[in-house]
Amino acid sequence: MNKPVLEEINSKKPIRATGVLLSEKGELTKGIRSFEKNMIRDITIGQYVPGSSLLHKSDPRTKLILTFVMMIFIFMIDTYWGYLTLAIFTAITVITSGIPVKFVLKGLKPIVFIVVFAAVINTFTISGTPIFELGFLKPTYEGLNVAVKMAIRLFLLIIMASLLTYTTTPISLTDGIEKLLNPLKRIKVPVHEISMMMTIALRFIPTLLEETDKIIKAQSSRGADFENGNLIARAKSFIPVLIPLFISAFRRADELATAMEARCYRGSEGRTRMKQLNFTKNDVIIAAITIAFMAWVLVMQNVSK
Amino acid sequence: MPIKIENLYYTYMNGGPFKKDALHDINLEIADGEFIGIIGHTGSGKSTLIQHLNGILKPTKGNVIINNINTMQKNLKELRSQVGIVFQYPEHQLFEETVKKDISFGLINQGLSQEEIDKRVISSLESVGLSDRILDKSPFELSGGQKRRTAIAGVVAMMPRILVLDEPTAGLDPKGRDEIFGYISKLHEDFNMTVILVSHSMEDIAKLTDRVIVMNEGTVFMDKPSSEVYADPKALEGIGLSAPQITYLMKRLKTIFPEINEKVLTVEAASEELIKQLNKRVH
Repeated sequence: MNKPVLEEINSKKPIRATGVLLSEKGELTKGIRSFEKNMIRDITIGQYVPGSSLLHKSDPRTKLILTFVMMIFIFMIDTYWGYLTLAIFTAITVITSGIPVKFVLKGLKPIVFIVVFAAVINTFTISGTPIFELGFLKPTYEGLNVAVKMAIRLFLLIIMASLLTYTTTPISLTDGIEKLLNPLKRIKVPVHEISMMMTIALRFIPTLLEETDKIIKAQSSRGADFENGNLIARAKSFIPVLIPLFISAFRRADELATAMEARCYRGSEGRTRMKQLNFTKNDVIIAAITIAFMAWVLVMQNVSK
Repeated sequence: MPIKIENLYYTYMNGGPFKKDALHDINLEIADGEFIGIIGHTGSGKSTLIQHLNGILKPTKGNVIINNINTMQKNLKELRSQVGIVFQYPEHQLFEETVKKDISFGLINQGLSQEEIDKRVISSLESVGLSDRILDKSPFELSGGQKRRTAIAGVVAMMPRILVLDEPTAGLDPKGRDEIFGYISKLHEDFNMTVILVSHSMEDIAKLTDRVIVMNEGTVFMDKPSSEVYADPKALEGIGLSAPQITYLMKRLKTIFPEINEKVLTVEAASEELIKQLNKRVH
């Protein structure tokens, strides 16, 4: 297996992100499909969608910082007007990024349940003026207010975070993180090693998914049943998949380590890059627009109070 | 237990943005006890096709019917014990603590009695040429070739009527390869199993099989008895394959000695033919 892995790591073309490969391989076999109820295929966060928009072209560091600031910003807004403008801003960003809207919405599907669940809990547990009373059930207006705001926040948060990964290849993302964390090297944080681990982990997600798929097929050919029985029986039925998977993961790790050593890899010391990260005009434009927007919303929000 | 494939189409990720046609227009009939070779270069749809045989993949369009069981039906237990598939690098599926337990896995899933299981474990080990001394060893202690054979035994033990092997000798040395092929032919003869062998080694397919199915770009390109497939190396070359090397040699020899029968597929047959011709000349 070593050769293709190395070729892919060496080639400068972006490593195929999880999503694309998953989709090409398509059918993660029935077992996992019913087991995870389509969860795996719906999780689009973490996937890269190739494109040539402003967002795609800008520096990963800009996107990382702006996403981080945006997350804080989302929690600073607490008026519906603020959410509305932010939603519009998000929509515009999605459209200009060229990512299919359907794809973005699909990414929200797995969290709908969590959000709705949390919203219901909020509505019923926060004390205040009751909407109606039914035995011990007392939904309140205050609770509903908190619940709706929280739901909006979570959705916007997920969209923003997904946009980062949709428009940035895993490799440039980890490069960006490494660069941003560089100052921590002074206090002996192994920044390079951490980012190398992230790169390798991301690179092996599709490989391991493919492997899982193969093993599930092999075991179900031997009559393994992943679908029937109670929860414990079903969890147990995954042992014949998990053990081979772990073994192959360790084997791959060994092979990769040998291959890296054979090429004289020895950590960050004296390591140079083929692709240097550079801030360009694109970054200035994106940062300026986003920061201006956030400042404007915050000012308007305080004025209207 | 005939296999009948009617107008099979298969599309990966059907309906999605990444959809990809993997198989189209496949019509095949395979009778009981045939020994079939499937060849084709990477991406020609060989592996996708064989995964239809026990319902791991379901046709997007068309039907796969095995001994009157349509693979579209829900309960595939019966089908899976009739069709055994040995995937590429089958040793990667070993997981139990001992060889015995690993081979038993399929048998337990079939719901057999403990006695029957023990009997079958031993006989399947024998049929792949392993000694019963390794029964209580961990499969991970075995050598590569032994692991491969243990994994094959795990499928053979289920006594499928149809045995499908996807590149069973990939990554083995010539000796290991010949041994495994020997055991496969023996299974075919002893139990009249239908064997479907996927490979891209022309030599192996030519030596073992009666009938060859050549796949190209997701459909059947050629479906003929072995000797006829290789009679026309040009057609094979056109799709990135080739005939066994010995066929080329014999063709060359025929241009010099027209009386030679060039339609031989193996080195052994060729040497016989040549000796015969030489003897004729001497007399």
